[in-house]
This record gives sequence, structure tokens and C-alpha cells, in this order.
Amino acid sequence: MTILQEHAPNPAADDEGRPIGYGRLQRKEDPRFVRGRGHYVDDITLPGMLHGAILRSPVAHARLVSIDTTAALAHPGVVAVITGADLLGLGLAWAPTLSADVQAVLVTDKVRFQGQEVAFVVAEDRYAARDALELIEVDYDVLPPVVDARKALDADAPVVRDEMEGRTDNHIFDWEAGNKAETDAVFAAADVVVSQEIVYPRSHPAPMETCGAVADFDAVTGKLTLYETSQAPHAHRTLFAMVAGIPEHKIRIVSPDIGGGFGNKVGIYPGYILAVVGSIVTGKPVKWMEDRSENLMSTSFARDYIMQGEIAATKDGRILAVRTKVLADHGAFNATAQPTKYPAGFFHIFTGSYDLQAAHCSVTGVYTNKAPGGVAYACSFRVTEAVYLVERLVDILAAKLEMDPAELRLKNLIKPEQFPYPNKTGWEYDSGDYERALRLSMKMAGYDDLRREQQAKRDRGELMGIGISFFTETVGAGPRKHMDIVGLGMNDGAELRVHPTGKAVVRISVQSQGQGHETTFAQIVAEEIGIPPEDIDVVHGDTDQTPFGLGTYGSRSTPVSGAAVALVARKVREKARFIAAAMLETRPEDLEWEKGRWFVKGDPSVGKTIAEIAMGAYGTVALPEGIDGNLDAEVTYDPPNLTFPFGAYICVVDVDPGTGHVTVRRFVAVDDCGTRINPMIIEGQVHGGLTDGVGMALMQFIEFDESGNNLGGSFMDYLIPTAMEVPDWETGYTVTPSPHHPIGAKGIGESATVGSPPAIVNAVVDALAPFGITHMDMPCTPARVWAAIQGRPRPPI
Amino acid sequence: MQITMTVNGTDVTNEVEPRVLLVHYIRDVLRLTGTHWGCDTSNCGTCVVLMDGQPVKSCTVLAAMADGHAITTVEGLATGGTLDPVQQGFMEEHGLQCGFCTPGMMLTARALLDVNPHPDDTEIRRAISGQICRCTGYATIVRSVHWAADHPAGMTEADAAGGDPAALDDSAGTTTEPGAAAAEAARAIPASQTEPEEVTA
Repeated sequence: MTILQEHAPNPAADDEGRPIGYGRLQRKEDPRFVRGRGHYVDDITLPGMLHGAILRSPVAHARLVSIDTTAALAHPGVVAVITGADLLGLGLAWAPTLSADVQAVLVTDKVRFQGQEVAFVVAEDRYAARDALELIEVDYDVLPPVVDARKALDADAPVVRDEMEGRTDNHIFDWEAGNKAETDAVFAAADVVVSQEIVYPRSHPAPMETCGAVADFDAVTGKLTLYETSQAPHAHRTLFAMVAGIPEHKIRIVSPDIGGGFGNKVGIYPGYILAVVGSIVTGKPVKWMEDRSENLMSTSFARDYIMQGEIAATKDGRILAVRTKVLADHGAFNATAQPTKYPAGFFHIFTGSYDLQAAHCSVTGVYTNKAPGGVAYACSFRVTEAVYLVERLVDILAAKLEMDPAELRLKNLIKPEQFPYPNKTGWEYDSGDYERALRLSMKMAGYDDLRREQQAKRDRGELMGIGISFFTETVGAGPRKHMDIVGLGMNDGAELRVHPTGKAVVRISVQSQGQGHETTFAQIVAEEIGIPPEDIDVVHGDTDQTPFGLGTYGSRSTPVSGAAVALVARKVREKARFIAAAMLETRPEDLEWEKGRWFVKGDPSVGKTIAEIAMGAYGTVALPEGIDGNLDAEVTYDPPNLTFPFGAYICVVDVDPGTGHVTVRRFVAVDDCGTRINPMIIEGQVHGGLTDGVGMALMQFIEFDESGNNLGGSFMDYLIPTAMEVPDWETGYTVTPSPHHPIGAKGIGESATVGSPPAIVNAVVDALAPFGITHMDMPCTPARVWAAIQGRPRPPI
Repeated sequence: MQITMTVNGTDVTNEVEPRVLLVHYIRDVLRLTGTHWGCDTSNCGTCVVLMDGQPVKSCTVLAAMADGHAITTVEGLATGGTLDPVQQGFMEEHGLQCGFCTPGMMLTARALLDVNPHPDDTEIRRAISGQICRCTGYATIVRSVHWAADHPAGMTEADAAGGDPAALDDSAGTTTEPGAAAAEAARAIPASQTEPEEVTA
């Protein structure tokens, strides 16, 4: 059909700050969830369905000598036992990762991390499958592992990936951004330079629902239906076509309700592939659901960056430059989900929210005998690490200069008139009013009063800390000329159909894991074409029913898919104008839009509502040339730039000097995600991210012993905040719309996870300032804080 | 072995292996999939159901141990198509996002309100402290339970008409206490009281 106007004016722009699409609406998802009628992968039961279970390696590094599956196969209820040797025969023993590497589906030659997949049992029920795992005899020849990334490049380090021809070390990549010579020159001339090694430890997203799949291969039609815990069903379909050799039109990926993702469900895990193989081999549907330890030990971890950071400034507190060298632990297979050109993701946003003269980073990725991944946990594109680095460095600088950390930040923030702001590593920040956000957070917190309270407490020997962070994210990946994942441009499609009676369905390529897309995407359409949100059905999570797109992660749903939805609605609105003109026997240019109807300029009483126009489109109205008899449209959105949400966070902690226990007493979060859609959902996402931050800063930590044993493999060891560890959040907001996004929205999903850890650690370090402490590595557990107070070496946990 | 119990007011009898966990019995045998599991090791609380009115983690109770007892799952919270005030509260105050921990959280809240109709924040937080939510940050769950405590009869017509329309309309502001504030309350959609559409695989 004819291409109509694509970029209509933004109706929200002339009413700054107004949430769009009816604002705070209850979620359409909730009626089913509160009745226990959500529909998650493990709720699926298909006729004749079998159950799979994975045998995992107990050791981190070992040659596989032999596997004996005889007893397991003889166990009652067992239908099949699949080993790496079987997969070699099928050409499926290795699968491509999202980062131009390969990953073993089942071990064929050697084990490379504890928890790696060794064999797959398919049985009639989940108990029988688990029983049979115990009956598989595996002989391992244990090898010394590489556990510490700092030793991975030593000349005598064991080589993790010796199956790769010619490989003699554990080096994966070197990558850099910014100008090194310029930066070094600024550092050489600076009054003040402070340096600090800053470690962002390995953590795990740990959604409440673990990963799993139900594979249903129909041998007659050749069609594979795969129900999966996937944040990116379309990308998974294409990859399955490439991996399994099944034609793409014969693959249907369904992501039903997903019990949280946070990045954990971006990758394609061996379990998914094994469920598919199991279904092909047995001719029956096969379900595989991992348990919690499998989730924590084998699926994508997050972070694991060792950062040497330096910041240069004048003696009166003008920040001049930041530089850093990073050692990135990628585990046994490079399975990060970064855009191809960016092996360290968007780490080069480490310049933060400050007007710098120069900046440079270099990142080196290494293999170790640990679980692969590095894709995960808001923000997957390494923005979290970058923000933590710069916000810690700024606080260390403030301590050195004996300046208040708020004052130092206010002095250096990029000013509103400097936007769009080209930073020193290649980004163009789209919009911002940073000082307004920081001042609002200080007002909400009662910053000056807090400092007075702190002084009074210090005089009494009590430990109270106030921590600030100011963050700028780069989200909404991304422009296809720069960003792809395994060759797929990071764009998203949307289709909108208005039915004859004026109700509508919008089909989107992104997938909700709790974000409330069924509500907010209906709200975007409602804003644009005036159909109430309750009359708009949002379809997502099924590749047979939705247009192609790269899925939900990196806070990209609203910036990319939300833009697609706004534009497809505008396309429908423009088409409606032509049909309305035909119905009113006037010219399209003589019509004017108000929410929900086109009317004749100068005579508002004469017009047609969207519902009337829809009936006209499908009815017998004589349509103008080039206009089809429907009220549908589709678009694929290629963002011109990323969006740059920002925020100012203030955390207040109390530290017990006797035990080292940190209590987060208050947390003030001011976020600016541009134009807001549903304030209730925004607030909820911020709350969740802040809680993640408490976990990361104080509790969560996947540590390994020298043998490569994972010490965080259960919720007894990997501590997640409960309601007792977090305060009642205090949230505020400013609205600075993105100038290039159709509705001005920037995305919110990961802001709080990015912004809160530095605020909390800054508060802990501030509390410990009387002891001369200027830095602590996360998590600030009671043992570590107590040891720091006592001047003792840092305990491991 | 044969077990008999009352689940959501209905007597059920089945043959099960002695080792079968209550959560698997509820999900796989009774096909009540509203009860979820998240760890199998009693750490996450996603699988909480009520046994004789008390919250228990059903991954750490054998089905055989529930023999002769009364079990309530999320499917039993609503009565005759009317939502429990706790269910309504979770929708009103955004006490859920992905929905996975929600059934367990609501059942614990119901058990708390049965013995303490007006809990304070700390009592609510303590009650749910054995359960993990990764999405909400808990504050909205606390608000949801307060909503239920404040509305023992559930949703009324006055509630449905919308709350305070004052807040949330500026370009800078705070949302610490949104309550039922609706940015455009006059156009707000009344809460759905109807059954949701069935979602099938």
C-alpha cells in the first residue's frame, strides 16, 4: 500500500511531563496473574510429553574419559539418554553463541566449567529422569583450572579452549574507545589524579522462574514448536534455524508468560537445544526445566569486570578526564549478547554525566573455567559496570579534594544547553537536564539536614553514610548501521489492525517478562489513534503471530518497539484520514485530527471516528486510489540514535560498628526516562531495580574456590534481598523527552539497577570515612565491612 | 500410597509415590498450576500454599504429609467469582510484575490478615520475609496488603470511580505516595471484575 506520513507530530510534546495514553492504568495482565492463571513454560503439558534432565559436571576442568549410560537406560521410565558423542553424529555437539564463538551443547572432549552439561536423560516423568542421572557413570581426568582472571593470560595458565586450532592462550579480545594520547596528555598535566582498582563481581540475575522449554517436533509436518523462557523469540527462531538446520518457516517459538528475565533469558542454552533433540529423537514433546542450582551455576552470569580506574581533575574540582583498563572474565565460552562491533557492550558510557576533556578505555576479555555468559542482568550492555566505575571514582576524588560529593557533581554535570552532547568515546547524548534531577533528589532527601545529622552521629561515634550517584544510561539498541547481534540488525517491527467495529490488535516483536507490555503498548496506540486501551489487544511472544524484532533486553522495548508501535499507529491514523475524506466527500488536507476522529476544518461537528472509519474501510465506501480496504499497517523501526535516560540517587545507610552490618535506611531515586507512559509501571520497575542494587552492593556474589567450585549455587549462598533488607523507596522524576524518539520516551527498565549500586557503596564508604577508608569492593557484607573497620585483610565473602 | 486431602474446599484422593512433593502433587496431579516453584529447596517461597490456614512452602512438604489436611492454593482465594481483597489489592497497588511469586505472596498476606487484620509495615514485611520477589522491590506488595486490610469487603463502587487525581501531572515531582492517584482519573478505566480470557499454549 501507499507509504503515508511516517513522522507525525508528537502529541505529547506540547504538554510537557504529561504521561501519555491515560497514564496510571491498572495492568491488563493482572487479572490472570492474581487468579493463578498465568501461563508459564512449566505449566504446559502436552499429550505424551516426556521430561528431560541434565547431568552436569561436578568438576570445573577435566578430560572426559568415558560415559556409561547402560544402567540409566535400563531404569524404569527412561526413554533415551543422549551424550555428546550422539550429538557429534548429528552435528549438534557445538552451537554458535551470540558472540561469534561456539559453546558445547554436551561435553565431547573436556569439561570447561563446573555445572557444564554432560548428558541428557529423557524419561516419562521428572522423577524418573532425575533418578537416572544418578545411574550414569562418568570417568573424568581432572585438570588444573583457570579460576582467577588475573592469571588467565599467564604463560603457564592452562588453556581453556584448546579445542580451537592453534590456540595457546586464554585471550579473547582487546577493545578500546576514546583517544589514549589525548587522555594521557590531560592526565599528565592535571593537578590531581586518583586511581583505584574497582571490581564489579560476578553475579546472577536469578529470575524467580528458572529457564526451561517444551519442544514439540512434528515429524509429519516437519514443524518444531518450541515453548521457551525467551526474552527474544524471533532471534531464537533464526538461530535455531541456523543451528538445527530446520527451515525457519518450520520453527515456531512461543514465549508464554515469563517469570522474570533480567537478561538471564536472552541466550540460547544447551537445555533448550537438548529438549529439541529429545523431541526429534523420541517423536514426543519433551519438557526441560532447570532447577535453581542449575540456573545459578550454568546460565548467563553478569558483570565480572576488574577495572583499573583513574580520574584527573583540577585542584578546585573541575573533572578533566577518566581512563580505565578492564579485565573482563567471560568464562569458558564467549557467550555475551553484545552487538557485534562492541565486545564490551556499551561500556564506553563510563564517561558518565560529566563534561570531560578526554577519556579512554581498553578492555581485554579472557576465558576462565567458569560458566559462560556475561549477557545478563540489567544492564546487559555493560552500562552497569561503567556507571559504577565513574561514580566510585568521582566519590574517591571528592574525598581526595575534601569536597562534598554533591557539590563536586554539580560543578561538573553536562549542562542542558550542551545537548545533544557528543562525549569523548563516540556517543551523542540525546537530551538531559542533569542539575534539575540532582537538585530534586537533594531536596527530597533533605541533603543538608542529613549531613548535619551525620556530623552529630560521628561526634557520638555512630556510623552513618550518605551516598550519591548520578547516572547516564545508553539504551534502546540500536541503529542498524552500527548494531547487530549475530548479523541481525537491532530493529523491531509492529503491526496494527483496526477491526471493523473499531477495536484493535497490535502485534509486537518484543516479549514481556513482567514489564506490562500488554498495558503500556496499548496505551501508546491509544494515545495515537484514540481507541481506549481496553479495546486494544497486544499480541507478543509468538513468532507465528508477530513481526520480526530482536526482543526485550537492554531497556530496548519502549525505545525501539514502543517507537514502532507509535509510528504504526500514526500510519493507520493517516490512512484513516484518506478513508474519512472519502466518507465525508472532502479532501484529506481539509481534515483535522483530534483524539479518535478526523473532522472537517472549521466545522468540528462534521467528522468520522476511528470506529466509523474502520467500518467504512471494510464496508462499501468507495476508496481513493492506493488505499486498500482495511485499516491496517506495519512498520519496522530503525532508531536513529540510542536514548539516554538518567537519574540522581541518594542512599542513607547506618553501619553497626560491632557487626559490620549495613542497613539501608533511606533511598531517594529521581529518574528521567523522558516521556512517561504508565507512572505506576515506571515506579514499579524502579523499585525492582533498586532492590537489585541492594543485593549487588551488599549481598549477591558468585564466588569460586581455587578448584573452580561455584560457591553461590543456591539461595542459601547467593543472597537475594527480601522485604527485610530494603527500605520503603522514595521516588521522584523529571521529564526530559528524547528529541529523536517518536513519543519522546527513553526506557526505564534498568535505570535503577544501574544507578543504585554506586549510591549504596558510596554511602557505605562515606560511613567508614572516619577510618580513612576510600573504597570497598562489593558486596559490602558484614564480614568485609567489619574487617575494613578493624583494618584487617578483606575476607573472601 | 493413597492420600486424601481437601484442596480449595474439594476432597481429593490419589495414589502417589511417598516421595512426591506437595508442590508437584498440586501442579502435576491436580493440575493447579497457579502454585509455582522457584528453587525446590525452601529458599524462595514461590511455592507457598496454605495448610490448615498456615503458609507452608509446598516444595518442602511431602504430599503424604498433607494427608488429612486442608490446602488452599491461589485458585481457592476468590470465592464465587469475587476476588479476595488481597487479590484486588495486588492489582490496585501494582503488587506484581511478572506474576511468578504473586500466588505465594497473596496467600501469606491472606494468612496474615486472618490473624492480624491491620498489620503495620514491619509486620507485613516480616510475614513475607521468607519469600523472594525479584520485580517489585516489595514496597508495592506492602501497599497491596494495606489496601486489602483497608478494604475487607473488597472493591466498592467508590473505589472503582478512581482516586485522587491531583498527583503525577507535573514535569517534575515525587511519587512516594501515589495511592490510587490517576493521572487522568476522569478517563481511567474501572478495574476489571470479569474473568480473564483463557490463555492456552
